[in-house]
Amino acid sequence: MDYFVGIISIVISGILTNNIVLNQSIGICPFLGVSKKTQSAVGMGLAVTFVITVASCVCWALYTFVLDPLSIGYLSTIVFILVIASLVQMLDIVLKKLSPALYGSLGVYLALITTNCAVLGTANSVISQGLDFFQTLMTGVSIGIGFTLALILMAGIREKQELYDVPRPFVGFPLALITAGIMAMAFYGFAGLSFT
Amino acid sequence: MTKEEFKKTALGGVVNNPVFVLVLGMCPTIAKSDNIINAVSLGLCTAFVLIFSNVIISALRKLIPDKVHLPAYIIIIASLVTFVQMFVSSFLPELNDSIGAFISLITVNCIILGRAEAFAGKNKVLPSLIDGVSMGLGFVASITLLGAVRQLLTMSFGSGFFDKTMGGFIVLGLMMAVFNAIFAAAKKHAAKKTALIERRA
Repeated sequence: MDYFVGIISIVISGILTNNIVLNQSIGICPFLGVSKKTQSAVGMGLAVTFVITVASCVCWALYTFVLDPLSIGYLSTIVFILVIASLVQMLDIVLKKLSPALYGSLGVYLALITTNCAVLGTANSVISQGLDFFQTLMTGVSIGIGFTLALILMAGIREKQELYDVPRPFVGFPLALITAGIMAMAFYGFAGLSFT
Repeated sequence: MTKEEFKKTALGGVVNNPVFVLVLGMCPTIAKSDNIINAVSLGLCTAFVLIFSNVIISALRKLIPDKVHLPAYIIIIASLVTFVQMFVSSFLPELNDSIGAFISLITVNCIILGRAEAFAGKNKVLPSLIDGVSMGLGFVASITLLGAVRQLLTMSFGSGFFDKTMGGFIVLGLMMAVFNAIFAAAKKHAAKKTALIERRA
């Protein structure tokens, strides 16, 4: 029973209380760069969710069964980034074959996922917390969903902001950053939520 | 390398400031500018990796096949980051506790891969070294400035807002707006001056 409460708390903290973008400020580059249109935000969010989930599971398996028994844990950064880069490359090839339409709408953003800190950050934090496989899987999924949620909310707000008359120095990134700050304040309200 | 090129490369860190102009490497900039010590140390670690990755990549640029240049760059950067990680965790354990998680994330900092792709992969070693130093110092200066402002605000208004992520977003946004206004005013002033000189002539 405790185990399931633990899983629920992982999911809640990944999506709301410890939202990776708005609470931990990881993964801000795509959050600011790809949040101008809701449609591309949805695509990017789903692609990142997929990569985070698979990458954290693969990295967890590699660390637990290869790096740790051989006591070469210090190589983890190099191994993890290679896993992530090849995973993104694979996703690229598979999507191109299976679903050219989705590939067309994601195209540019796919390659960018390699340098998304959220992916490497999740892989690292899963290892440092010493989770088991199912917990790792759930962490990956919920952090991905949290990222997607933040990205879509931000895209919705920015689409509306396009219509407003903003002072010249604030146009573009400054306005986006301040909007993100106010969203982070709203998400900070979830901080009291806890199941443990 | 002519004097003109040297000047252009050396001023890159100001004119193309990675944080305020290019808006790259936002994650560590916002996450670890909560106080000035974290900001300076993470800035220096990043600058170290940037300088050495620029030098190594430009030295190897003719050996790296074009098709696999991105994975090759990433491995070079990740090895340098691993070196920094080992150094910090064995000699500066306190620092490792506060910024350790973000040292490993230097690997995916867009500034480093961006400079490798845009500059070091195409230029000789010396210009790449200068570019790395200039961009690295530009990053250190920006993150330190942000860290100093946030620490001052935290000291005067109490902790809980400006040392959190939300404060980081808002302070960086406001500072960027101020810099934009200053740049715009400077441009206007320069245009006025040239117009005046032309009229006199």
